[in-house]
Amino acid sequence: MVEHTVKAFDEDITRLRGLIAEMGGLAEVAIQQSLQALVQGDEELASEVVKRDAKLDALETEVDAMAVRILALRAPMADDLREIVAALKIGGVVERIGDYAKNIAKRVGRIEGRSKFEPLTLLPAMGEVAAEMVHDVLTAYAARDPVMAREVIERDDKVDAFYDSIFRNLVSHMVENPATISSAAQLLFIARNLERIGDHATNVAEMVHYSATGAYPDDIER
Amino acid sequence: MVMSEATDSPLASQAQKSLEHENIETGEPKMRARDVDVYYGQKKAIDGVNIDVFTEFVTAFIGPSGCGKSTFLRALNRMNDTIPSARVTGTIELDGEDIYASGMDVVQLRARVGMVFQKPNPFPKSIYENIAYGPKIHGLAENKADLDVMVEKSLRRAGLWEEVKDRLDDSGTALSGGQQQRLCIARAIAVDPEVILMDEPCSALDPIATAKIEELIDELRGRYGIVIVTHSMQQAARVSQRTAFFHLGHLVEYGHTSDIFTNPAEKRTQDYITGRYG
Amino acid sequence: MSDMVENIRPTRTPAFEARLKKRYASERRFKALGLGAILFSIAVLVFLLVTMALNGFGGFQRTELRVPVDFAAAPVSVPADAADERAVVQSLERQGLRDIITFSATEAFGEEGAAQLNSESWRIVAQEIAEDPSLARGQQEFWLPTSEDLASAYAGDGSAELQPLAQQLTEQGHLEDNLDLGFLERADATDPQLVGIWGALKGSILTMIVTLLLAFPIGVLAALYLEEYAPKNRWTDLIEVSINNLAAVPSIIFGLLGLAVFLWIFPSYRSAPLIGGMTLALMTMPVIVIAGRNAIKAVPPSIRDGALAIGASPVQVVFHHVLPLALPGILTGTIIGMARALGETAPLLLIGMRAFVASPPQGFTDNATVLPMQIFLWSDEIDRGFVERTSAAIIVLLVFLLLMNGLAIYLRNRFEKKW
Repeated sequence: MVEHTVKAFDEDITRLRGLIAEMGGLAEVAIQQSLQALVQGDEELASEVVKRDAKLDALETEVDAMAVRILALRAPMADDLREIVAALKIGGVVERIGDYAKNIAKRVGRIEGRSKFEPLTLLPAMGEVAAEMVHDVLTAYAARDPVMAREVIERDDKVDAFYDSIFRNLVSHMVENPATISSAAQLLFIARNLERIGDHATNVAEMVHYSATGAYPDDIER
Repeated sequence: MVMSEATDSPLASQAQKSLEHENIETGEPKMRARDVDVYYGQKKAIDGVNIDVFTEFVTAFIGPSGCGKSTFLRALNRMNDTIPSARVTGTIELDGEDIYASGMDVVQLRARVGMVFQKPNPFPKSIYENIAYGPKIHGLAENKADLDVMVEKSLRRAGLWEEVKDRLDDSGTALSGGQQQRLCIARAIAVDPEVILMDEPCSALDPIATAKIEELIDELRGRYGIVIVTHSMQQAARVSQRTAFFHLGHLVEYGHTSDIFTNPAEKRTQDYITGRYG
Repeated sequence: MSDMVENIRPTRTPAFEARLKKRYASERRFKALGLGAILFSIAVLVFLLVTMALNGFGGFQRTELRVPVDFAAAPVSVPADAADERAVVQSLERQGLRDIITFSATEAFGEEGAAQLNSESWRIVAQEIAEDPSLARGQQEFWLPTSEDLASAYAGDGSAELQPLAQQLTEQGHLEDNLDLGFLERADATDPQLVGIWGALKGSILTMIVTLLLAFPIGVLAALYLEEYAPKNRWTDLIEVSINNLAAVPSIIFGLLGLAVFLWIFPSYRSAPLIGGMTLALMTMPVIVIAGRNAIKAVPPSIRDGALAIGASPVQVVFHHVLPLALPGILTGTIIGMARALGETAPLLLIGMRAFVASPPQGFTDNATVLPMQIFLWSDEIDRGFVERTSAAIIVLLVFLLLMNGLAIYLRNRFEKKW
């Protein structure tokens, strides 16, 4: 990409993108570690995840401030403008992804008798898909690649499919073992969070597509 | 993109209005240029330009220095005729008539297609005489009373009446820069043109005077077809509904202003407006 | 920027300060030179003016004798139905006014004194009576010019014989130098006591009118054409070079041209203001063209563009906008040209305006002379009386020049517009 005549402008944009990348990395780790804590019943790890979410919040504030500053001082046009607007929205979305991961970590302590739960083994797989979506969409962001972004959007179906099957599984489990309802409910919420993470990754993909091409992927329902 | 109706803020409705301005119904284009080349001697300054100018829109010409936008602007009212080595080929039509046809009266053409210049150039006469000169030489007024009415109307339309109504006999050159430029606009309006061409009208003015002129342009939009050449992309974005990007004598892209500035089709356009040019 | 060991900026070193002082010193020197040049020029000018004034003051005076005439004793009648002044004068001459005056003079100063009364004095009395017939009654006193010889004697020059008579008459109060404003009303004459500058002045005025009426329009239109309409090619360059050279041609050449061409066309109008004016117009026109072109070039193109953009035709642009703005410059050129023409003698010499012309010209085709020519002719005269008259004529010429320039500068200031 040809550089701007005013080098400081390029530096500003690079810093902004760097912040987004950092946020993405943190969110990914949060997802993985929260699921790890869930499977292993590691409450210490879970509380670390919760604590580290504050960092993500701080980064989002920084992204906001930086984006507004660039808008005011540089009066960006065309693709630069789309890039800044996209960065603003992506920052907010990644922060929410982090919040969902935190939420998952919070529920770790409320689950009892994990070895008995069959659906427990499904969740990591679902989480992996979701985490991969997040990873890939941020790679697409870094590469300004709309095709990759589109591909991530399509993967959301897998996450939704996972969610449907876990839901049915848990419901039938609850019906058969009413004593496990409260733990099962937690797992339901966790699955719901992962499904929401997938949706949010889709949002990010749409913003990446918009930033790169100026249009939203039109054959996907928003 | 969905426009939110939830906000009643003036900004939202203004944004909506400006978008509407770009999309209103138009009649036939007021001026039509097809395959226009402009030569200065052997040098080709404008190459194969096709463009339409509508009365309903303000059209902005943007582009780097030396890209030919001013040259093309001057071709629209045959001001290039004053340069001996200038030659124009192709057709430029005003209401369907070729303005370079041999039967076209240049004097009348310039009364229909007026021009405002970069440096305000009021005549060294009184304010009244500046405005009255055009109608006088074209015989547009029957008597002094008519002339007075015309002068007042032009000055009102240009937003200058309140500031000068008590000193119409003062010299036009005694006004401030911004007032002088509005005087020149009023002078152009006085002959009741159909199109007004503006060649970087604000580049010699301070921001407040610039804002007043931009507001004036917005008010005049629709009544006169306005074409404005500007170095400032922000100004082009603020003021126009159609934008044309010129580069090395070619018309690279021409479209809705909001499209050009959010998602231009041509890479050259994008490079220029994002400051990647050069 | 390299910060050397001393860390001093180049503009703060002592060497710089020394150079700065030198620069100021040379500025002061230059200013002093300029001031000196101006003061020197003013000094020369003042010297010239003072010398002229001192010399010329005497030229506005005339040595006159007071002659008492008693018309009761020698009555004359003024014919009531006389056609003009000449008829009255003739009538009075027939009535013997000449003898009356001589007689009165003899009565007053004796024969010797009366003999020194100017021979044309009676005519002066006759003209005064023609203007005011009441003068032909009762006791009257007339201050009448003396002869040339007595005037010289009174001034201290001339023959020694008349000195005592002059002294005596002066002591008696009969002989005085009086202010002679008639100098400005009379024409040339052979007698310095009777001479006047009006003939030459009127000749100059008429000639200047012809020059202006020819040179100004032609010059301005030529300048307009060359600047606005002429195509930029070899022919135009040739014309431009020719006009520039014409301005430098010695003025006597124009005299030859006038002789060859104008007098060939109008042979009977030799030494008429018409021919003189035409010749001088040829000389003045290049100056006006050059000044006009520069003034027109100086009109900013933005004014032309503004007028064109409004729909003015090229002719309207030129006459409504360019010409009014160029007018101050054109007028300046005209002033310079006309001032030069006023003082020119050489070309007029050749076309014959050097003749002795005894009466002021009535029209553009009468014989005439001009001020510088008159000065030249008088300065050639042997009679002492003409010296002061010459200086007086120079003063008249300078005043005329001043008035002409003043008028032009006033006009220029009126048309000066700020752009």
